[in-house]
Amino acid sequence: MKKIWAWGALVFGLLYFTLPLIGMTNFSLKMRRGEYSFDAYQKVFADPRFQETFTYSVMQALFTILFGVLLVVPTAYWVRLKLPRLRPVIEFITLLPLVIPAIVIVFGYIRLYNTSSWLPLTGSLTGTNILLMFGYATLALPYMYRAVDTGLRTIDVATLTEAAQSLGAGWATILAKIILPNVLVAVLSGAFLTFAIVIGEFTMAALLNRPAFGPYMQLLGANRAYEPAALAVIAFGITWGCLGLIQLVSRFQKSAPPKA
Amino acid sequence: MSFLSLTSIKKSFGPVHVVHDFNMDIEKGEFVSFLGPSGCGKTTVLRMIAGFESPTSGKIVINGRDQNSLKPNQRNIGMVFQAYALFPNMNVHDNVAFGLKVAGTDKSETDARVKQMLGLIKLEHLADRFPYQLSGGQQQRVALARAIAVKPQVLLLDEPLSALDAKIRVSLREEIRQIQQQLGITTVFVTHDQEEALSISDRIVVMNAGRADQIGTPFEIYNTPSTRFVASFVGTLSIIEGKVADPAAGAVTIGNQQIALKDPIAGMKGGDSISLALRPEAGSIAEGAKGDTALAGEVVSTSFLGSVIRTRLRVGGDVISFDMFNNPGVAPPVSGDNVTLRFAAKDLLVIRE
Repeated sequence: MKKIWAWGALVFGLLYFTLPLIGMTNFSLKMRRGEYSFDAYQKVFADPRFQETFTYSVMQALFTILFGVLLVVPTAYWVRLKLPRLRPVIEFITLLPLVIPAIVIVFGYIRLYNTSSWLPLTGSLTGTNILLMFGYATLALPYMYRAVDTGLRTIDVATLTEAAQSLGAGWATILAKIILPNVLVAVLSGAFLTFAIVIGEFTMAALLNRPAFGPYMQLLGANRAYEPAALAVIAFGITWGCLGLIQLVSRFQKSAPPKA
Repeated sequence: MSFLSLTSIKKSFGPVHVVHDFNMDIEKGEFVSFLGPSGCGKTTVLRMIAGFESPTSGKIVINGRDQNSLKPNQRNIGMVFQAYALFPNMNVHDNVAFGLKVAGTDKSETDARVKQMLGLIKLEHLADRFPYQLSGGQQQRVALARAIAVKPQVLLLDEPLSALDAKIRVSLREEIRQIQQQLGITTVFVTHDQEEALSISDRIVVMNAGRADQIGTPFEIYNTPSTRFVASFVGTLSIIEGKVADPAAGAVTIGNQQIALKDPIAGMKGGDSISLALRPEAGSIAEGAKGDTALAGEVVSTSFLGSVIRTRLRVGGDVISFDMFNNPGVAPPVSGDNVTLRFAAKDLLVIRE
């Protein structure tokens, strides 16, 4: 009897999740009257704004990942090695972007870094792009930090560090040659999550007036019928592709399986 | 002048004093073991030599150079850890080559040195394996090769055999000693296993509560322990409590029996309490056993250990353990038997606190 309820809950959950997706995909293929076609997808891909905004967001995502790795890996490593008592504090700080809405963060940025501030980042395109990248890094912080911290938990950070030190290695060598390669799978997990977040983010990019993929999706949704559905399917495809890549790279870990 | 010198080393973690006034001089090429129970400060001293901990006060000098201000990566010290600490992302070759690469050694020289080191530990055929593909013993041998590949001034071994099974421990400790002697590396070995320390060391430092209770050769440590702690921790010495009867004659009363020590008892007077120690192999209850001293007692228990039989004998208020070789023709004593233990007076040691 219990099994029937379990199966029932599972089927309900799957339908709840997949039916809207199936409906949306079905709708996106119905641009040509009376038959299924990829017309909506062709229109989206042919739109120069799609290429521009997608390229912009991909570049932003790559820089965000780079910045996130450079910020989070040394921080998480140092906290584990030297400041274990501060771990709850750091965890709390990294969780803040989940409870502070993006709109609050971006208004704070605009207020702090406007053209009349001591650091007028919004006064130039490059400055605004950098500001947006920082904003994305903040939004991705909970995911990146957790992924890296989990990776660090699977290795004996203190002993490996001491072993490398006794062999003459300095901090930069230890981080680059020992720590980073051993948490690479975790870093890649965080990187793909960051990529998915950046590709779909709307609020920050819209309020900083940058040509990102999120605002383009919103703009298209407000003016077209079939293309937004096609774009949503593409966005889902990108996110799932990232999740698939996380699974894939996990299998390429050369070192020992993580400790239980 | 000694090669490695530890002078008045003290270490405190907050209000807890872990090492008190530790002094030690180690000669070049010497193999010294720090022996003691958990928490006695032996690993802390080792970590201070490595530079992972800073002494609260005191001086560490290696080859005439003060080490206190040097970072761990500037000390040229090889270290082997209990948990192996091989880099999981590197294969055996790269692990051994790591220190050489960090030092900027050119590739051909690095490869030659790695080959030489792997030959030394007899693992040339496993150069391409990753650490998780090796057994514990193999991992620790690679860790040893990695530590000595950089030609360190001093090799530090932090309980390197503790995580291994008994058979591997014995073979690997012999291998470590052989390699150490072959290369002439000054080595400090930390262990809580007295058999390990006795079997491979030139000298042993027995540590107790942050202090060096006794420093000596394995022979000295085992045969003439200077404190009650050393006597009880090293080997299986039996401690016998008695009262000085006549210090000049070396006479001591144990229970209601009186024996005479080899020498007069200095610094004590009649009626003072005295602690004596007797090694298990020093006494015998066999018919016609030799010995100028005898103590009568009651057998408490007998343990059959294969080649020897360990018997525990109650004498006065103490229990004395002694071993005798297994003789299939002679039945071992049983509990309740009254026997006489004979031994030489020279084997009875006076223990100072």
